[in-house]
Amino acid sequence: MAEIQIKNVAKSFGAYQALNDINLTIADQEFMVLLGASGCGKSTLLRIIAGLETATSGEVWIGGRRIDHLSPKDRGIAMVFQNYAVFPHLTVFENIGFGLRMQKLPNDEVTRRVERVAGLMHIEMLLKRYSGELSGGQRQRVAVARALAMEPDVILMDEPLSNLDALLRMEMRAELKGVLAESKTTAIYVTHDQVEAMSMADRISVMHEGNIVQAASPIEVYRNPAAEFVASFIGNPPMNFLPANPQGGGKWSVAGQTWDGPATEKPLLQFAIRPEDMMQTEEGLTAIAKVVEPLGAHILVTCDVAGSQFRVILDSEMSVRPGQKLTLSPQPGRARWFDPETTLAVA
Amino acid sequence: MNPRILPYVLILPVTVFLCMFFLYPFVLVAQQAFSTETGFSLDNFREVVDYWRFPISLQNTLLLAAAVVPFQVGLALLMATMVNRMKRGRDMILYIWTIPLGISDLAAGIIWLAIFDQSGFLNSMMNGLGVIDQPVNLLSYQNPGMVFLAIALAEIWRATAIMLVILVAGIGLIPKEYYEAAEVFGASPWKRFSRITLPLLRPSLQTALVLRVILAFEIFAVVAALGGTLFPVLMGETYAYQFDLRNGGAAAAMALIILAISIGFTLIILRALRVPKGASI
Ligand SMILES: Nc1ncnc2c1ncn2[C@@H]1O[C@H](COP(=O)(O)OP(=O)(O)OP(=O)(O)O)[C@@H](O)[C@H]1O
Ligand SMILES: [Mg+2]
Repeated sequence: MAEIQIKNVAKSFGAYQALNDINLTIADQEFMVLLGASGCGKSTLLRIIAGLETATSGEVWIGGRRIDHLSPKDRGIAMVFQNYAVFPHLTVFENIGFGLRMQKLPNDEVTRRVERVAGLMHIEMLLKRYSGELSGGQRQRVAVARALAMEPDVILMDEPLSNLDALLRMEMRAELKGVLAESKTTAIYVTHDQVEAMSMADRISVMHEGNIVQAASPIEVYRNPAAEFVASFIGNPPMNFLPANPQGGGKWSVAGQTWDGPATEKPLLQFAIRPEDMMQTEEGLTAIAKVVEPLGAHILVTCDVAGSQFRVILDSEMSVRPGQKLTLSPQPGRARWFDPETTLAVA
Repeated sequence: MNPRILPYVLILPVTVFLCMFFLYPFVLVAQQAFSTETGFSLDNFREVVDYWRFPISLQNTLLLAAAVVPFQVGLALLMATMVNRMKRGRDMILYIWTIPLGISDLAAGIIWLAIFDQSGFLNSMMNGLGVIDQPVNLLSYQNPGMVFLAIALAEIWRATAIMLVILVAGIGLIPKEYYEAAEVFGASPWKRFSRITLPLLRPSLQTALVLRVILAFEIFAVVAALGGTLFPVLMGETYAYQFDLRNGGAAAAMALIILAISIGFTLIILRALRVPKGASI
């Protein structure tokens, strides 16, 4: 059992508050992805869990045991470092076996485990090399293999696939996910690649400026963003926003159109919609197409709606030309509403 | 200018300088060492090696190096690790520890003579504590161990700092993420030192050891101050040939022997601490 609980963890570097009051529970064997822009505190949170950084306040529990006072080696974790930290003076074999040697495992056991994880990461032909003779992507896979070889309860991975080419990355994602599920490992996986987050995560924690804004399943994060930040961060392209004025009785006026919305007394809301959730209708928003980008099955049309930028994804069967006027309506049930004061979602 | 020639043009001045003031005198010394009135011969070497003080001075020099250098390596490593762990006052401590570097070897010998001398500090202290009734001559032929100890101490005091400076710089070059990785993967502080610091410090250790060992074979002034003729060393013998016995050929032969020993040890050190291809930081 390796459930991870992060309770009220905060971290400041001098006057700079890197993490504010983080609360997060990661279930045993869960694959949790920390997703966020550069500098939002992902690595800092991971390093606090690993014990490489001390939290300014708060507690970390693993498997029902408080561990924030323990040294890293006593926490039952293994880690893949953002900058790999592959030892330059050891061969790939000895790098992968480093933790096992520290545990004084017998030689044949070390060899067996090293060869197994090297096979998983497709680096079995590199075992005799030094890290100076490896490419960035190869080094990164050595770092992942070194962590896997430990067969830990908890594995912490800081952007472990960031340096691989698209094809290899896709393959490794599936492989890594399979290996971790099979070994019943609890995983925290840091990335700023949302495709990676979507495809691998059981749950995604979206981080923003030292806060966890939402922790939910990938589809939930995508469909029901808890805050404007999530809506504007997730999705490629992200959600469109338009100001909405109250018309009374749960009706809201958006760029001249009146639509059903939440029944609140707020003076102003943000209407939000995914680009692929708009459809062409007889009546609707007036949008002037500016740029048309073919994506294959779809086209991405960047429009102008009441002076603000608005992107829609339409079927590529439709021929849309720049300058053309479109009338658009949201598909039923797909519009989301945010309170501009709190930036949180309003139901 | 042709970019292929340019580097050679740029190093030309220093090459000329080295040839004039290093290579040429060296050739002269070698010539002197290998010749007598009759022409080329090994007589000078035969003469100095057969002299009864040669084996003892060779032995003394090697013994001293064997006693002092390993101790200095250990001490310098310890001090460098301590300095690197310090947050505040790091530079201050480093400056203080490197003060002996600024003192000439003869001055260092004299300082330690002032301690071990019959009227010196150690004697007055022992006298004051009642350990001895009257001042004793510690550095006499009756106390060869004491002479050796005094010289070794003076050498350690004087010349550890040069290694310290090199090792501090070397440790500073090791990225701290290696220590973090080692810590996460279960390495104790001692293992982190022996499995990460030491191997990654090989290039600096190489430099420090080569420098130090060469200096150890050239030891002269400290020995002259503390041991006089009680403790013959190779460099002292060379001096004696040149200035007391006015035998330039023999002195030149001695100088070449010391050079050969130094080169031999340098090669051994370079070989023992070499970094495999692709394995540097
Ligand atoms: N040792 C430190 N001293 C001072 N500030 C730090 C330190 N480490 C991190 N920070 C700051 O804390 C913030 C979060 O850093 P962190 O490394 O956790 O970001 P990240 O989310 O991992 O970003 P990236 O995706 O670029 O790796 C950054 O603004 C960074 O400048
Ligand atoms: Mg990071």
